[in-house]
Amino acid sequence: MKTFFILPLLLAATPALAESGPKTDWGQGADDAAFAAMIKSSFHDKGIATLARLDQDSTQAFCSDPARATGASKEAVEAREKIEAENLATIKWPADNTWLGDWKKGEAVAQSGRGLTSSDKADGVRGGNCYNCHQISKQEIAYGTIGPSLWNYGKIKGDAPETLRYTWGKIYNSKAYNACSNMPRGGHMGILSEDQIRDLMALLLHPQSPVNQ
Amino acid sequence: MKRHHLCIAFAAVISAGAARAETDSSLQSIEQYREALRDGNPAELFEAQGEEIWKTPAGPKNVSLEQCDLGLGAGVVKGAFAQLPRWFKDTDRVQDTESRLLTCKEKLQGVDIKAIIKAPFGSPEKDEMNALVTYISGASKDMPVKVSLAHPKEQAMFNLGRRMFYFEAGPHDFSCATCHGQSGARIRLQELPDLTIGKGAGVAWTSWPAYRVSSGQMWSMQWRLADCFRQQRFPEPNYTSDVTVALSMFMAAMANDAKLDTPGIKR
Ligand code: HEC
Ligand code: HEC
Repeated sequence: MKTFFILPLLLAATPALAESGPKTDWGQGADDAAFAAMIKSSFHDKGIATLARLDQDSTQAFCSDPARATGASKEAVEAREKIEAENLATIKWPADNTWLGDWKKGEAVAQSGRGLTSSDKADGVRGGNCYNCHQISKQEIAYGTIGPSLWNYGKIKGDAPETLRYTWGKIYNSKAYNACSNMPRGGHMGILSEDQIRDLMALLLHPQSPVNQ
Repeated sequence: MKRHHLCIAFAAVISAGAARAETDSSLQSIEQYREALRDGNPAELFEAQGEEIWKTPAGPKNVSLEQCDLGLGAGVVKGAFAQLPRWFKDTDRVQDTESRLLTCKEKLQGVDIKAIIKAPFGSPEKDEMNALVTYISGASKDMPVKVSLAHPKEQAMFNLGRRMFYFEAGPHDFSCATCHGQSGARIRLQELPDLTIGKGAGVAWTSWPAYRVSSGQMWSMQWRLADCFRQQRFPEPNYTSDVTVALSMFMAAMANDAKLDTPGIKR
């Protein structure tokens, strides 16, 4: 009788555990309950940046634990592969099969770091923040280094269908290829429109783009 | 009063210079610019202003803050900044400099601190707090950071701060670690301190509060953190909330033994 009741409970708990992989022990006073209570008491809505932004999706919750985000164990690696598969499934590919837009517009999107902060308007223009993290065209010397250089990206990678697909996917949802990438999920999180992604694709891949000179 | 006008004039001159320095846009020129300013850090004016506020009777009870206990006993300012944040017996809380100042304003002066907490950065209420912190930080200049984790609540605050550092959320999936979790990285031309190691935390923690050349404002660590949360696309942290004290505890304890260069001067 007893096992009858316990078994379903165990079964329900097992998949969740397998999904989460290893866990960091944050130490005394910083368990899940204490941490959640701290977050709950420490913020207020400001402009468009409301408290709802503190609710994590499963990828964010996973990547907030360094043991899972960067751990080398087999469970950690497998858990990251699962997160990548989940994110890959979210990617919307260009409906009309047009991959490249206007590289000049793409340059403007890559330059802009605007949008979605507590001091921005809801309908304000949103940039890609790309130069904050990447070198892209040689003309712009004020570039960040959190991500790799994308200078000559198209010249090096070519224009095979797999390259188009990977680059689109990376900009749309970077975590499809690297579970806990530092790069924002531009398309998936609604930061960038499909047209903006097309323009960024042209900036990186068009033979005439300054990136590929 | 005179002092205040001086400040504003100085700030205007410096802001014009800062715009020029940025168009040069090379790390070296920014560094040289900072060096040139080091001889006359306008933060000293805020320090003097803070000292005056500290010593002037105010609030419903019309008393000064001179009996405020910042952790080394009532009225001791020298060295106090170096050991904050810390646990206080009377409040049974871990508090940073600003949180502790609020306690003193409430208890000694009878001030309604809710208005100070709610006031935006750049308002007279917050400017007064920033001047006070600048004064207190200056009285620990050149001393090593000596933050204790001996009390269980201090250790818990550190642990919560470390966990918060990695907490990622919002439309950009950013956490502090996205921008401050690796060594040698930059955003555009701004060098990002790696706050997960003693060296990076040391450089960062020991240089705030800081006079910001680009805006002509005196920023406290509370303001610095609120602006990083804005860039992180998070909602705004409540002034002196546990999240802000926890992150400060994390950075300060990581910075232990580094020499304070407060108040600082920044881009
Ligand atoms: C917060 C930093 C950050 C921002 C902003 C960012 N990226 Fe990245 N990006 C990275 C990092 C880190 C990597 C490499 C690690 C990885 O795989 O995620 C990367 C990788 C890439 C790659 C794959 C490179 C390769 O050789 O496989 C492309 C393409 C790319 N980014 C394009 C962009 C574009 C376009 C934007 C603007 C919409 C952008 N990134 C914004 C951090 C960033
Ligand atoms: C999107 C990137 C980004 C995120 C996320 C971010 N910061 Fe920052 N942070 C910066 C930049 C850029 C600077 C340099 C500021 C400047 O020069 O204007 C900075 C500066 C700082 C400094 C001052 C360092 C110094 O040496 O003067 C501290 C401290 C700091 N950040 C802490 C944090 C903490 C804690 C978090 C998490 C709550 C955080 N930051 C999140 C980009 C970020």
